[in-house]
Amino acid sequence: MKFGVVVFPGSNCDHDCFYALKTACHQDVRFIWHKDHNLGDVDAVILPGGFSYGDYLRTGAVARFSPVMDAVVDFANHGGIVVGICNGFQILCETGLLPGALMRNKDLRFVCKFCHLRVENFDTVFSNQCLQGKVLNIPVAHAEGLYYATDDVLAELNKQNGVLFRYCDKDGTLSDDSNPNGSLQNIAGIMNREGNVMGMMPHPDRCFEKLLTSSDGVSIFNSMVQNGGIN
Amino acid sequence: MATARIFVTLKKGILDPQGKAVEHALQGLGIDAVKGVRVGKLISLTFEDVSETEARRLSDEACEKLLANPVIEDYEVELLQAVE
Repeated sequence: MKFGVVVFPGSNCDHDCFYALKTACHQDVRFIWHKDHNLGDVDAVILPGGFSYGDYLRTGAVARFSPVMDAVVDFANHGGIVVGICNGFQILCETGLLPGALMRNKDLRFVCKFCHLRVENFDTVFSNQCLQGKVLNIPVAHAEGLYYATDDVLAELNKQNGVLFRYCDKDGTLSDDSNPNGSLQNIAGIMNREGNVMGMMPHPDRCFEKLLTSSDGVSIFNSMVQNGGIN
Repeated sequence: MATARIFVTLKKGILDPQGKAVEHALQGLGIDAVKGVRVGKLISLTFEDVSETEARRLSDEACEKLLANPVIEDYEVELLQAVE
């Protein structure tokens, strides 16, 4: 499968994504510069974490107007697989490819730690290789990760099983203590109605080998690969 | 020349933790008549060679496309006419 990792000015997890896909998942990966107007021959696009455009104005607000984003929107609208991790998730919400918004963490602090995640839907392009009943251990690192959406949007997301990951304790129980940023309904990651665009605040690109404490991120990348193999 | 002052704030009903922190600090200072604080942004746009109507229209367009996120924020535009 061919992955493209978009590089914005201020991206700082672009190489993490590249390395994870290359070494842990053995896939073809290339970087896509934010000024490019087309994505080239790729099957999936990753918007990596970081501080695109210095997070000026709002996180992701300026990046959404990068030249490459027209191509990303077009790719997504034609069924292409698009993943936003952390800052990438913020960009996807600003772009409107995903509903809702990421706001300042409830306690106003930058949070950087491992979090437990409960997988809410296993039948997706992004989670089909996650094991039923296994709680994932994946780190977060952000100051603006509080997922917010109106009650109507949340109801719609839940109805279509669009919430993929929720923050939980190590046993998989949802609680306020396990919610690192005050996200509504402990939401850590969502996908669109069509099931081809996904955003998550935790970083699977920071836990793909034992040396990094956890290798749970691999199951998310491998889900896409598995899906690509089927198609 | 005209200047538009644009105030961007979180929508009513959305928790504003910065506002809460400032409110607590004010109460600590004894300024406890304050009931409710919201923290927002002020963005100033300077226009040249456009009418007041046009400056207002462009300000609204700027807010809707970029300066405010309609999911979580409201904005207000205040137009100041510079003294020639």
